[in-house]
Amino acid sequence: MADVLLEVRDLKKHYPVTKGLLQRTVGWVRAIDGISFTIENGKTLSLVGESGAGKTTAAKMILMLEKLTSGTIIFKGQDIYKFSSSQLKTKYRPSVQSVQQNPWSSMNPRMRVRDIVAEPLVVNTTKSKEEIRKRVLELLDQVGLAPNQADYYPHEFSGGQRQRIAVARALALNPSLVVLDEPVSALDVSIRAQIMNLLKDLQLQYNLSYLVIAHNLATVRFMSHSVAIMYLGQIVEYGEAEDVFTQPLHPYTRALMSASLLTLPEDEDQGITPIILSGEMPSPLNPPPGCRFHTRCVEAMDICSKVEPELMEIGTHKVKCHIHANPDVSPKPS
Amino acid sequence: MSKIILEVEDLRTSFFTHAGEFKAIDGVSFTVHEGEIFGLVGESACGKTVTGLSLLRLLQEPVGQVVGGKIILNGRDILELSKKEMREVRGKEISMILQDPMTSLNPVYTVGNQISESVKLHQHVSDDKVEDEVISALRLLRIPAPEQRIRDYPFQMSGGMRQRVVGSIAMSCRPHLLIADEPTTALDATIQMQYLALFKDIQKQTNVGIIFITHDFGVVANICQRVAVMYAGKIVETASTSTIFKAPRHPYTHALINSVPRLDRKDDRLYSIEGQPPSLLNLPPGCRFAPRCPDVQEICQKEQPPEVEISEGHTVSCWKVK
Repeated sequence: MADVLLEVRDLKKHYPVTKGLLQRTVGWVRAIDGISFTIENGKTLSLVGESGAGKTTAAKMILMLEKLTSGTIIFKGQDIYKFSSSQLKTKYRPSVQSVQQNPWSSMNPRMRVRDIVAEPLVVNTTKSKEEIRKRVLELLDQVGLAPNQADYYPHEFSGGQRQRIAVARALALNPSLVVLDEPVSALDVSIRAQIMNLLKDLQLQYNLSYLVIAHNLATVRFMSHSVAIMYLGQIVEYGEAEDVFTQPLHPYTRALMSASLLTLPEDEDQGITPIILSGEMPSPLNPPPGCRFHTRCVEAMDICSKVEPELMEIGTHKVKCHIHANPDVSPKPS
Repeated sequence: MSKIILEVEDLRTSFFTHAGEFKAIDGVSFTVHEGEIFGLVGESACGKTVTGLSLLRLLQEPVGQVVGGKIILNGRDILELSKKEMREVRGKEISMILQDPMTSLNPVYTVGNQISESVKLHQHVSDDKVEDEVISALRLLRIPAPEQRIRDYPFQMSGGMRQRVVGSIAMSCRPHLLIADEPTTALDATIQMQYLALFKDIQKQTNVGIIFITHDFGVVANICQRVAVMYAGKIVETASTSTIFKAPRHPYTHALINSVPRLDRKDDRLYSIEGQPPSLLNLPPGCRFAPRCPDVQEICQKEQPPEVEISEGHTVSCWKVK
């Protein structure tokens, strides 16, 4: 792991809940509760989970759009919260760019594509107009758009093409890390494949690192080198993507995987049935004691509601579950 | 096979705008049997939602109009019904579940109130019986503690629960046909699984025929018995779910299935269809998929392919198959 680009250590984000005239703090929403991960150069890490798991909050803190409550984020060996504002502007922000989920709302409808893609260059560099013009055309070419399309407005493009424009804008400053927040979930099936292939090609070409936020496990398997499964503000399973997908250990990961596997009617006749979890994710305002997943877990034991399991190295990757921590305690369905 | 409850023949729906006529659906035919879940799959703007709205005659007239074809529900053509007669059918014989439960419920009425609306309209029961009907509709969708829940407002419920309420409204009069338009797209993966399992149970319990509109092949595999794949306003292939997955014959179906990343294997590259669906204002004269098709022939660009039945229940519109 010599080639670490970004490291996150014990990151927490708690939002205060206020009440009454004096806005007294009456509780905390534990959106993120102690997560750690690393992103290597030229590699992709995916944060996976359902809505409310805290994946987007984590991405926002890395993009410094949201202040952290505690923990550290280390970029190329330096703590990003110790950067001065000028260092942030020259060293950090240009190197970390993002592509948002919805290409219909991430662009100013009154700007031409040329200006949208040029904006990061105008703000962050001292390039001449001619240099910027050249760079914009080069970027559009890389994402598969024609030079004459530079003068169009966003509404003249389809969703897939807009997402290409968003990628071009994110690449304008030669970043080392791109945060992709659900990059394909707003797109049609046949267009998703085009964008995912494009993102993979660009990664190889420029040695980019990606932090992918996604809820679709199949997309994640295709895109990622490593993966972290999140549940209610915590990472429950973390490791190399192939290890996690071929040997899922946490019951939540297994349920998520079963939800995105293709099960044909005849598979079910043969007894291959998907795992269906009961209930919904509890509120992060008042997370359950012990393991946060125990209220929905099909393999929950007595200990699960009392003691919170540690994220422990089991076999090839890390998992936060009592079943694997105590091999002598045999799991019994509750 | 069981009784046919819906027969759609050569349905054509257009939208007339200042830019011209958009042929949103151009000659779509299919049947739905009693107690069957029939999938209608395709990408955005292929006409799947418009098909659903045409069946309920909920198009915004005069902009959107059914311009041809027949919709035969339980033996009579509902396109010939008057508006008043149609109101009797809607909600009672056919009903619909929309995609987004955040917007399809009224925020200022309790869920009980919203479910009772269709009960009062269609079932001639006394007022004190209405509540029982509402509770039984909630119970059918397995909403816990329905006696208390009927007094809740939509904002007091989670997305999954709200979608169940929408389902209760649709099922409250025990319709023969239910149109579910992407009912699980706005839900999380594990909640989606719960909802799909519930759907299968309801179908078994009530023997309702369901048209399940979706873009997600995973959902199709999980829940549908038969599937029709739509592209640019036409059905390109209809077959049983396992045939669609194991032996698709139309190049579009094939491409669509292969462009979805799979969880059970590691792909280095995804199969992708270049280009985009054609504009409905300016459709190609031949096969609509021809500009993107990898196996395109000369005839494809000139003439529309006929629908051919290649085996029982498996029809394809493609010159390659012909």
